[in-house]
Amino acid sequence: MTPSNPKLKNRIGESLSGAQIIWESLVREGVEVCFGYPGGAIMPAYDAMIQYPIHHVLTRHEQGASHMADGYARASGQVGVCIATSGPGATNLVTGIATAMLDSIPMVCITGQVPSPLIGSDAFQETDITGCTIPVTKHNYLVTKAEQIAPTIREAFYIARSGRPGPVVVDITKDAQQQSCTFEWNDDEIVLPGYRPDYTPLPDQLAEAVDLIRNAKRPILFSGQGVIKSQATETLLQFIEKTNIPVACTLLGLGGFPATHPRNLGMMGMHGETWVNKAIQDADLIIAVGMRFDDRVTGNLKTYAPGAKKIHIELDPAEINKNVRVDVPIVGDARAVLQELLPHVERCDRPDWLAYIDDLKGNSAVRDIKNLPDLGKLYAAHVIHDLYRFTEGKALVVTDVGQHQMWEAQYYKHDYPRKLITSGGLGTMGFALPAGIGAKFAQPNDSVWVICGDGGFQMTQAELSTCAQEGIKVNVAIINNGFLGMVRQWQEFFFGGRYVATPLRSPDFVKIADAHGLTGLRVEKRSQVEEAVRTAESTEGTVVIDFRVEQEDSVYPMVPAGANLHDMIERPYKPGEQAHNPIFETGEDE
Amino acid sequence: MSQSVKRTFAVFVEDKPGVLNRVASLFRRRSFNIDSLNVGATHEPGVSRMTIVCEADEDTAKRIEANLYKMVNVLWVDDITHKQTISRVLALIKVHCNREQRDEILRICEVFRARAVDMSPDRLTIEITGPQDKVEGLVSVLRPFGILELVQTGAVAMTRGVEKHGLAHPTVPASRSSAA
Ligand SMILES: Cc1ncc(C[n+]2csc(CCOP(=O)(O)OP(=O)(O)O)c2C)c(N)n1
Repeated sequence: MTPSNPKLKNRIGESLSGAQIIWESLVREGVEVCFGYPGGAIMPAYDAMIQYPIHHVLTRHEQGASHMADGYARASGQVGVCIATSGPGATNLVTGIATAMLDSIPMVCITGQVPSPLIGSDAFQETDITGCTIPVTKHNYLVTKAEQIAPTIREAFYIARSGRPGPVVVDITKDAQQQSCTFEWNDDEIVLPGYRPDYTPLPDQLAEAVDLIRNAKRPILFSGQGVIKSQATETLLQFIEKTNIPVACTLLGLGGFPATHPRNLGMMGMHGETWVNKAIQDADLIIAVGMRFDDRVTGNLKTYAPGAKKIHIELDPAEINKNVRVDVPIVGDARAVLQELLPHVERCDRPDWLAYIDDLKGNSAVRDIKNLPDLGKLYAAHVIHDLYRFTEGKALVVTDVGQHQMWEAQYYKHDYPRKLITSGGLGTMGFALPAGIGAKFAQPNDSVWVICGDGGFQMTQAELSTCAQEGIKVNVAIINNGFLGMVRQWQEFFFGGRYVATPLRSPDFVKIADAHGLTGLRVEKRSQVEEAVRTAESTEGTVVIDFRVEQEDSVYPMVPAGANLHDMIERPYKPGEQAHNPIFETGEDE
Repeated sequence: MSQSVKRTFAVFVEDKPGVLNRVASLFRRRSFNIDSLNVGATHEPGVSRMTIVCEADEDTAKRIEANLYKMVNVLWVDDITHKQTISRVLALIKVHCNREQRDEILRICEVFRARAVDMSPDRLTIEITGPQDKVEGLVSVLRPFGILELVQTGAVAMTRGVEKHGLAHPTVPASRSSAA
């Protein structure tokens, strides 16, 4: 790829410093923005940066930089880039790297390293960051010579984005940044002898899958993040409209198949819908597409989907039979495999199975918090449901980790891919604000809503100052329940109601916003939600809304960790309560 | 689920710094238990060969293979557990041995095709190469004499006969599927 950027002179063949080569390489990889924090061992690189058309966002903590790169990658589908110094700078990136690793997010992290003659001497700010990150990266490199920088960065981007994506760390010694060498850039296809990311599905397996689908009476299809990553949404729609197979989504799969499509049953797993989990348990065929049977979606493996044959369409062969034994593994790209299968599957209406699942819904509608009266209180689920309504389902939502994350997944209906960003695999609190900032850089025209708890927000709230400095706008909805809510819920359910270390005293978030020169709002009643959302949408600059919600509400339904998928704790139901329910009457959607 | 058995993998890797660390880290992280790991050069420049022995059932073996393939520096993985192989370990055994015992120990060595490589008035050092069970056999026969020191390598293994690894083109097969 020759740089399309006219501001970049063609300097191939010239003698450049390693520091310049870093940026030459990043520009050639299409990088426009990177997130970072300077320090001694990366200073030569920072010094060279101003010569290049890459916007650098100064974060307030390197964890913020890695989450921003991650959010950028998730929102754009491109590789996110972050940069930090050696030692503490590099180790601060690690939480963000591990987060990206577990969710297969393409990221390149550049770190400075002490000069190569000092490596191994416990030099000032020396950390073996390649050693540290072996288990949490797709691959990593230590670069000690200027001439290795360009080919290594090229390889790093290729590895990060190809196959099952993931983070790659490139650790570059200070002397390599300072040396000069002739800059060369090779545009040939990269061939790594030990790395073949693409797999072609075997014809036998495709044929077996078609057979299973033809003979299934009670099939269900799982739509995971792989559907979004391989841009399989369109193909999946065609597949479902032809076969009428009901779809269940994983948390990271939300948006891969439209939430409001009649065949979409909703989310599966620990906080999935009751009827979805029950349908899974009763199915005779599971077609799992781009998902990995995480323990949060399967519950007890011994009783999981006992009557179902399983087809697993997955890009990573190491996922096959990892958690659940499958009958037909198909290793390949989700879209390519669905396209192969599409002409061979039969049209089918399956009225019986669909009616059966409908019956499984039972009285879940009346237990749904959305349909319960607010009785003057503010419920988190109501806030999120309203947010969905008043943003017309079009926001790019970035959530943190905890109860609010699950309520978001349940009540904000995503019809489009890449409009929900959340830390699923690692469940990293503090993720939302920085990831939201990264997402905003990737999609400046989107209305970005960061939804977080009062706990998680405080982990990375310093990044508000990054918003202010960068002059960018995200809307932050703090679902403030005065507790580390999800942990409090577990204490209520499983630890005898002993609220140890979960009550949380917070600062005045409106004043925090104010102190940053940003707008802060407080909402205490349901009736104030709409105005606050609309004000946030129309106000310039980042807005923080402190939603003071009911303190001890819990997320339902819930499959306790390790329990059978069909053994769910449902929201307690008191008949008659919904009679004077204002939302029930308005009921404008669904 | 199939039985856990001792498995042997021949793993060809790029001879680069840190590769042993990466492979060891993978086994540790995924809780695959390594019995022994041996690494050394091959006849191809830039390519090292590991022999990894570990306990695993059929599914785990597939996952070990697939996870090894995910590593950028791993060129080729061969689960040779059920193939015709030659597998050897080497052991040095220093055993207590007075003048009267010497003949008997040397006769034992002959039976096992081991040989004495060092001697002092009251001890004898024996070298043996062979399959793991043969080495274990010798060790158990020598134990009553009093073993003073024992050191052994992990296994190195190679398939028999015509099957050989085309290391000139040692890439991942295009349509490999781990559970095919
Ligand atoms: C970095 C990190 N530390 C701890 C946890 C464990 N944890 C999961 S949810 C949760 C509570 C989150 O509380 P809050 O941010 O207020 O959100 P809520 O659950 O109340 O919506 C905690 C502590 C975590 N996921 N991440």
